[in-house]
Amino acid sequence: MPDQKRHRMRQGMRHGSAPADSCPPFDFTVALAGNANVGKSATINQLTGAEQATGNWPGKTVECAAGILLHNGYRIRIVDLPGIYSFSTYSTEEMVSREFITRNHPDVVVNVVDAAALERNLFFTLQLSELGVPFIIAVNQTDLAAEKGIFIDTQKLSELLGVPVIPTVAIHGKGIVSLSDAIVDMAKNRTAPLVLPYGREVEDRIGQVTALLPADPGIGPRRWTAIRLLENDPDIVRLAEERAPEAVAAAHRHAHELEKMHGEPPGIILSGERYHAAERIAQSVMEMRSPSAGDISLSDSIDRLALHPVAGYLLIFLVIGGLLIWTFIIGAGISEFLTRHLSSIAPVHPFVAGSATDILVSGAWMGLIAGVTLIVPYVLPFYLFLCVIEDSGYLTRISMMLDKGMHRLGLHGKAIIPLILGFGCTVPACLSCRILESDKQKLLAAFLVTLIPCSARTIVILSIVATFVNIWWALALYAVDILLVILLGRIAFKAVDGESVGLIMEMPDYHVPFVPVVLAQTWARIKSLIWIVLPAYVIGGVAISGAYSAGLLDPINAALSPVTVTLLGLPVVTGVVFVFGIVRKEITVLTLAALFGTTVFSSVLSPVQLIVFALVAMIYTPCISTIFVFIREFGWIKAAAVTASETALAIILGTVAFRLLSLIM
Amino acid sequence: MTSEQLEEYLEAIYDIENKDGTAKTSSIAKCLRVAPASVTEALQNLSEKGYVKYEPYRGATLTDQGKETALRVKRRHRLLEVFLSDVLKIQCENVHDEACKMEHALSDETECALCKMLHAPSRCPHGSPILPCNQEVSDCTGCLTGEQKPSELREKPIIPVSDLEPGQGGTIAFIRGDRKVVQRLSDLGLTVKTAISLLRKAPMEGPVEIAVRKTKLAIDRTIADDIFVSLVPEKA
Repeated sequence: MPDQKRHRMRQGMRHGSAPADSCPPFDFTVALAGNANVGKSATINQLTGAEQATGNWPGKTVECAAGILLHNGYRIRIVDLPGIYSFSTYSTEEMVSREFITRNHPDVVVNVVDAAALERNLFFTLQLSELGVPFIIAVNQTDLAAEKGIFIDTQKLSELLGVPVIPTVAIHGKGIVSLSDAIVDMAKNRTAPLVLPYGREVEDRIGQVTALLPADPGIGPRRWTAIRLLENDPDIVRLAEERAPEAVAAAHRHAHELEKMHGEPPGIILSGERYHAAERIAQSVMEMRSPSAGDISLSDSIDRLALHPVAGYLLIFLVIGGLLIWTFIIGAGISEFLTRHLSSIAPVHPFVAGSATDILVSGAWMGLIAGVTLIVPYVLPFYLFLCVIEDSGYLTRISMMLDKGMHRLGLHGKAIIPLILGFGCTVPACLSCRILESDKQKLLAAFLVTLIPCSARTIVILSIVATFVNIWWALALYAVDILLVILLGRIAFKAVDGESVGLIMEMPDYHVPFVPVVLAQTWARIKSLIWIVLPAYVIGGVAISGAYSAGLLDPINAALSPVTVTLLGLPVVTGVVFVFGIVRKEITVLTLAALFGTTVFSSVLSPVQLIVFALVAMIYTPCISTIFVFIREFGWIKAAAVTASETALAIILGTVAFRLLSLIM
Repeated sequence: MTSEQLEEYLEAIYDIENKDGTAKTSSIAKCLRVAPASVTEALQNLSEKGYVKYEPYRGATLTDQGKETALRVKRRHRLLEVFLSDVLKIQCENVHDEACKMEHALSDETECALCKMLHAPSRCPHGSPILPCNQEVSDCTGCLTGEQKPSELREKPIIPVSDLEPGQGGTIAFIRGDRKVVQRLSDLGLTVKTAISLLRKAPMEGPVEIAVRKTKLAIDRTIADDIFVSLVPEKA
């Protein structure tokens, strides 16, 4: 397990540092750390001009992302870490942050804190103090705090903690220059924060354990190591056992004494100590005035509706339904517009006769057209709408409302977020399953995400069934898919072992989505998708043309005909269609058109065949990008199991559907 | 009226009150399978002893004293159910009736010993929560390991945060449950003696939303059932 985490960590870092590799090396590394949903991603975007996705829900950033800040002649690499509440980690995303800070030794940590919830945020700040790393505090969202009547004396906070404190409003870029200055100063001087003593009972014991540790325990600073030993942190105890066995024994004894005195485990006692200190500090630097805006009561009345036993569910239905309908309507409009204009430039003639080069070029062009006209039009409106919902904070309310239902699938409310993201593209949705705490829940959620009709599958259903059979059969396919998610979720829940933990989630306040943020975020998502999708399309297009001219299509079709023809009742040419569809599901539509030489599918396939084709295309195997993500997150075996079982399921359902539908249609 | 009958009445009234608001004579009669006339008589008796507030034709509600007794019996009942099904391996459907008869004979000492032996279970075999005893310990761990002697009684009974009314607040008395979950809650600021208030409950036994240290958290209902608070007197 630790290996897997380290591996993920490296993966994250390699991905993150990729832009730096092609540029001159950087002078310093800075890590942004802090509680979830305090504006770390917004801060890094302002510092580096990067396009980190932001959103008003805890758990947005699931892997380290990095950008470069150029300031006063220094090149500084800034790493955005996933939200962390405490070093006594509870979820894998917190593990990533903890490992980065304790193992990778960034030159400076920027602790982003939410001005409106200073006390809770200071808990983590105090843990950074214990660690003794050079850090800076960015008190973010000071504008929202002021609306609630909360004002922070940053000067005083700085004196109490012995670290620079910069007030910021990252979303509007306020305080970013001062923050950059402070980062450079700190990176050059690396001053350690003040040691903040806890209550005597605990502090004495920390002192005694510290005294038994060697000058450099090789795990972390002495005081920090002593505290972690008292808390009985398994990783630290294991490491310290070789280097300082007396200290471990003493810590164990002291921990036992503390437990006896308080009747609570030492981890809880230390949390209490930190909160005691956080409370004291927060009270002395915070000034409460009467709130200026009626925002709080507004958030309250929206919640009264959003969490209402009837209206709340209706609202979820309307919002998700609205998201999908909006996507279809706007998407179809843009798609038609683009198709008309692009094909007037160079009409698509699949498989032109001529030289091999001509065939390949036309294949590439066909792939490009398909990508631009199929993906962008549908994904753009989807993400635009989704970003608005995300930014408003409503996603967390959906989580809360559907928590109970998700229990039946062995998941909890947070899992609804990846599932909704899955309607757009499966790849980022699979990655976002990391917001779940236990490995079992992550796997279950990711498995269900692979079955959610993503925009690619939606396109298949729309362009094949809705266009050539009727809209009701398309909706029925959609309903079958959702039913499958629920049904397979139940089965998988029973089949996979591991623990399921309950929901504990921070609830952000609602805010009105900020237009530049929504646009930037939509663009960031679309851009990353285009980078993956368009090359896949062009390569796919070339591969189809190439395979055709090389005469490879017939052998593939023949090999697959027992399944495609005998079981599914489809024409023999669909074998190769399904093979290419593994690259991206919409390629099935493209290939079908290319092979039949027409886009009017009703002229070549019967209604039953159209429905069966769409059904199979929808369920069989996740696309290649999803499989890669799955391998990375869960390993080869699980990825293979998911792929194989979904393919088998698709064949079974397709076989049954073909026979049943033939009776009624 | 024997103490056994008294306790049965209080338990029945407690259940009905939770469901309907007040316990009507007819509902009590139906629940205990006795004649409505004897219920009326018993209610008058209980009212004289200060266990219930009884208004003829409207029904009965428990007083604080009555509620305390009812909760104590409920706790014993559910502990016994766990004992019967987990230790003696008696079939789940039979344990209720059995426990019903045994609960009245249990002494405080036996109850405490039973709770320790069963490792302070938080739920009965049917899934209903078992309230902690009202002894002054900050955590069940201390009591279980024998390191902390539960001696004094709490002045006021404590209730799960999920039983608060929306808008109502209290201070955290103690949290029990899985160690990892308790640690996480304390990292999020839910430490003993911290002020906490219930903001709202999601429908269908869904999560509850609480406010603590100026932040809002949604917490699974079963986890929230294990967070116990003592009530803060209403501000004038």
